[in-house]
Amino acid sequence: MKTILLIIGMMSVTFIPRYLPFIAFSRYKTPRLIKRLLRTLPYAALGTLIFPGAIMAVPGYPVAAVVGIVAAIICSWFRKEIILTVLFSVAATFLVLYFSGY
Amino acid sequence: MMINNSLSAQTSQISELRQGIVASLPIFIGYIPVAVTFGLLAKSTGVTLLEAFLFSALVFAGASQFMALQLIQFGVSPLQIVAITFIMNFRHFLMSSYLSTIFPINDRSWLPFISFGVTDESFAYFSTQKQHPGANFILGLQYSAYVSWVGGTIVGYIFGAIIPHTLQASMGLALYALFIALLIPEAKKSFPAAIIAIIGGLVHSLLTWLKFFSTGWNIIIAILVAAGIGALLLMDEEKEECL
Repeated sequence: MKTILLIIGMMSVTFIPRYLPFIAFSRYKTPRLIKRLLRTLPYAALGTLIFPGAIMAVPGYPVAAVVGIVAAIICSWFRKEIILTVLFSVAATFLVLYFSGY
Repeated sequence: MMINNSLSAQTSQISELRQGIVASLPIFIGYIPVAVTFGLLAKSTGVTLLEAFLFSALVFAGASQFMALQLIQFGVSPLQIVAITFIMNFRHFLMSSYLSTIFPINDRSWLPFISFGVTDESFAYFSTQKQHPGANFILGLQYSAYVSWVGGTIVGYIFGAIIPHTLQASMGLALYALFIALLIPEAKKSFPAAIIAIIGGLVHSLLTWLKFFSTGWNIIIAILVAAGIGALLLMDEEKEECL
């Protein structure tokens, strides 16, 4: 029961920040200053989400993760299919782990 | 004639939904190993199957779910866990703010569902597309990813132990590869976009290393610093057209 209450609490505090901007900005026009900041947000968020998390993606084995990162960069540089990059990166990491006896 | 029109409108809505589901495939695949790990960990923490399911089905925010499991083990009070979750997931406030500028928010009826489906991954996808998505496309992508997250949790709880360790570890790269695949085409097109992303990554790495703030704050600060520098220094003011 305690865990269920915890889940409901976590749901509320996660949902509200997700929902509020949609309500606010559908009612009022987005201020120009905020709009300007928001335009660069995707790139800022992507960089933040990738590093340093990606390097630590394989616990205790950063080398394998770096190989996976490099594989993803190379693949997405030449091919625009996202799924291809995901599979290529995982396969490269897998090979490193497999042959190093992880 | 009118029947014809509404029929074709319905067909196009369904095809839009289907396109959203197809586009979600990389996210769908990326969520599976993470969700399976969550299910597995939930079981070893002593959480019941129903509770593990509710975690994924109601909270639908990976990092905070893992954190909750860890804190439950440490015996941290639920109220404190909720407070930490709030800080950790407050980055979605920034993401929803951005998405509200490209989503069709005039039709309010779907907004609760669309906003519930906002995750790092769906945000990353939508924010790097040229065309603004329709409501059906958005829902198709988000809820296909949702099914993967919730389904993966249950599978992990029940069967997690039989997945080879090496495969599970290497699939940890999947979501990062997704982010990289979304970022690289943008970075190729625009040098400032690449710089902003690098600043975000560097600031986040520095903050993580410093351990001065909690994880949730680190992410928010890094995003705001990089976006702020980008908006101030790198944006073409004349055209108001970014980068």
